[in-house]
Amino acid sequence: MRAVGRNVLRKDGVSKVTGAARYIDDLTFPNLLYGRTIRSTIPAGEIAGVHLNFDTAGFTIVDYRDIAGRNIVALIEDDQPCLAEREIRHVAEPILLLAHADRERLLAADVQIDYRASTPNYDPAASAITFKTITIDKGDLDRGFAAADRIVEGEYRVGHQEQLYIEPNGVIAVPGPDGPGGDEGGIVIYGSMQCPYYVHRAITVLLDLPDDHVRIIQTETGGGFGGKEEYPSMIAGHAALLARKARRPVKIIYDRVEDMLATTKRHPGIIRHRTGVTRDGRLTAMEIDVLLDGGAYATLSAVVLSRGVIHASGPYRCDHIRVRGRATMTNTPPNGAFRGFGAPQTQFATEVHMDRIADALGLDPVRVRDINALRPGDTTATGQRLGRDCSARQVLREAVARTDFTRRRKALAGSNRGIGLSLFFHGSGFTGGGEVKLASKAALALTERGARILVASTEIGQGTRTMHAQIVADTLGVPYDCIDVNAADTGEVPNSGPTVASRTCMIVGRILQRCAEDMRARLGAMTPRQYLRAHGPLVVTKEYEKPSDITWDDSSYRGDAYGSYGWACDVVEVEVDRDTWQATPVAFTTVHEIGKAIHPMLAKGQIEGGSAQGIGYALIEEVVMRDGRMANGQLTNYTIPTTLDTPAIEVVMLENPYKHGPFGAKGVGEMPIDGPAPAVINALRHAGFDLREIPATPEKIMRARSASPEQRRPSAERESLRSSARSGSELGVGPQRAK
Amino acid sequence: MPITLTINGTRTRITAHPMTRLLDVLREDCGLTGTKEGCGEGECGACTVLLDGVPVNSCLVPLAQADGTHVATIEGLRGRHPLQRAFVEHGGAQCGICTPGMIMAAVALGRKPSMDAMRVGLAGNLCRCTGYWAIYRSIRSAAGASKR
Repeated sequence: MRAVGRNVLRKDGVSKVTGAARYIDDLTFPNLLYGRTIRSTIPAGEIAGVHLNFDTAGFTIVDYRDIAGRNIVALIEDDQPCLAEREIRHVAEPILLLAHADRERLLAADVQIDYRASTPNYDPAASAITFKTITIDKGDLDRGFAAADRIVEGEYRVGHQEQLYIEPNGVIAVPGPDGPGGDEGGIVIYGSMQCPYYVHRAITVLLDLPDDHVRIIQTETGGGFGGKEEYPSMIAGHAALLARKARRPVKIIYDRVEDMLATTKRHPGIIRHRTGVTRDGRLTAMEIDVLLDGGAYATLSAVVLSRGVIHASGPYRCDHIRVRGRATMTNTPPNGAFRGFGAPQTQFATEVHMDRIADALGLDPVRVRDINALRPGDTTATGQRLGRDCSARQVLREAVARTDFTRRRKALAGSNRGIGLSLFFHGSGFTGGGEVKLASKAALALTERGARILVASTEIGQGTRTMHAQIVADTLGVPYDCIDVNAADTGEVPNSGPTVASRTCMIVGRILQRCAEDMRARLGAMTPRQYLRAHGPLVVTKEYEKPSDITWDDSSYRGDAYGSYGWACDVVEVEVDRDTWQATPVAFTTVHEIGKAIHPMLAKGQIEGGSAQGIGYALIEEVVMRDGRMANGQLTNYTIPTTLDTPAIEVVMLENPYKHGPFGAKGVGEMPIDGPAPAVINALRHAGFDLREIPATPEKIMRARSASPEQRRPSAERESLRSSARSGSELGVGPQRAK
Repeated sequence: MPITLTINGTRTRITAHPMTRLLDVLREDCGLTGTKEGCGEGECGACTVLLDGVPVNSCLVPLAQADGTHVATIEGLRGRHPLQRAFVEHGGAQCGICTPGMIMAAVALGRKPSMDAMRVGLAGNLCRCTGYWAIYRSIRSAAGASKR
């Protein structure tokens, strides 16, 4: 029986429900030491002195002078030190490392750091350091505005969001001679992570070791959501430095507070839109300004910005677009990868803005989207011509029909409830030329009963092992149960690239499919066992091959930004308590077009879970920064959706295959988090609350309450007239009243 | 002073400080690492075990308080509880870190919990992966109720 398209049992299911699955904190080693990180308590300045106010007997103590290689967390830019030397750029910056066999003594050790403080900057707009700027230009903006009847402007703000995987970051570093490199001092690192080869590179640079002296092994990982994309390179570096100096294994497990204070979050952003529209709702010009707060170091800000600006004009057709993006430095802990990676921020703005455009024109929000939704043959902001796998209108129409949106919207008018929608898309795989640069490799080893998958792509809950095994099983023509999956161990598997960017199915799955096709051809009529007897071991390795119809120019930001896109539409109904001003989502429907659901239950799990995270982003997840420090860094007051906060989620999956994806599959992991926030804010707008910012906490909703349903239309109208008058005069175009 | 408690049906004597967290006793003294730590402040529920049949956050229970009690952990279900199979079959486990605690909390809900009972009874168990609905479907399936 074929495996693809069926809900086969997940490979890691039994070990997870019995408690047998081994996460990093479940592992121990003989002679294990525990590690602790001493961090800065000021947001900006210099270290003036370090005092060890404890008996140091039995302690291993590491500072930057113990680093044999380069003192950086090697990623894109080399700006972030693994241990601060002199300059401090943010609270919780690592300065000193301690290790001891006894955790109580370790925690009791008192280290005093003296500082020369300088003035911090928390305003990304006022920053003197820009990590990255990107401009996307399509058509002629002036011409586009000249063709407009109306101009609608708006500014939208999104806050930090914490990934909040339930398993905090943790690693164990085990130094040689048992490890690779023998007595020459290699190192093995076990840990909770998404990208073993990112960690591998960072450790070789930090310790100045050859590749084959460093081995990274992913342990069962209790959620990542981007939060274990780049950060594990930092904590692994710390454990490795301690382990090398102590010549003993060192375990570092963050507690929840340290994990929230010190590790990356979703970038906050300020996004401005200025849009030209015709009276009947057609977009003639989109001018978009994206500002992301990168935090203290560059980490992945450049690529988060890239995905953000490419998605900033939404799934809409418009001939004249300019998107200007900038990510800058502030004196807060570095922001980094989080599911969606820039696209939730920019599409939040786009989708709230679309409802404001509809209001300004007196048009239905569905109609404005339907007129402008991208169709096959249209081009995106980067000039990418979309093929038949474009489904923007289909998802919109399906969601509207399923929820009886238009009638429901009328029925709820004037009540405490509102209904809103969002239309969105998400590119699968690395942006632009990223996949070519990665040149990912995957391999299959023939086994007596089938094959073993060799990839560095990690299982972090999303179902990598299961979905890859399904693709290989059907391509090879063997039962699903005959496919094994190797641990993501850099000593055993090739570098299939990071487990990020909705690429693990569409990109890595396709490489594995090609391995299986090749293996099947070599087997011919033989069974695996017969082949092994006749020819000996067989390992088939393949590298990513760029489809010939994809082109990208990084200097002009023109071309095919992604191989394919998923398309989705969310509809949410929100009820507002007029005493507490708390908004509760009461019904949620999402339509996702994802090419092909390799495992429908896993795909649905991604959509439900991502939608719930998006609802948290919209309403309750607020990182409070005070003097550059997260003031609510614990689960008691940074809350994520519980059972009681998560509405019923109706999921509809549509399939419109991508010709270069395995069995037609596109990515699915990230897209679900792009849509809920604008849908919720649009529902609140429908209920009379004009918000431009998330999370929509009761305080913000209360402040927005003046725009009651009866007053809403006139006030929206006035504002839009103001903005069009201002912009119109700049352009020499007179404002025109909508009918 | 040693403390005696029954863990998964086995009487066990523990010699540790009476304020040691039950979570640490289970994971380190008893090697029962199926019980997980997610926050250490009683918010996430990953460390949920049953204390005399009642779900508790084992990170908030000092050993002294467990003296003479019966403690049940995920290992005590021995992989044979209908909820365990149902969580595999219906997508109730994704990354798996909340799963042992979630299943123990679900055991405490009884045989055929209502929708309300599930939502209220599991409100102290955070899951960041599933959005909870696959967990409800798993529990319903184990109870033999019709699929949603």
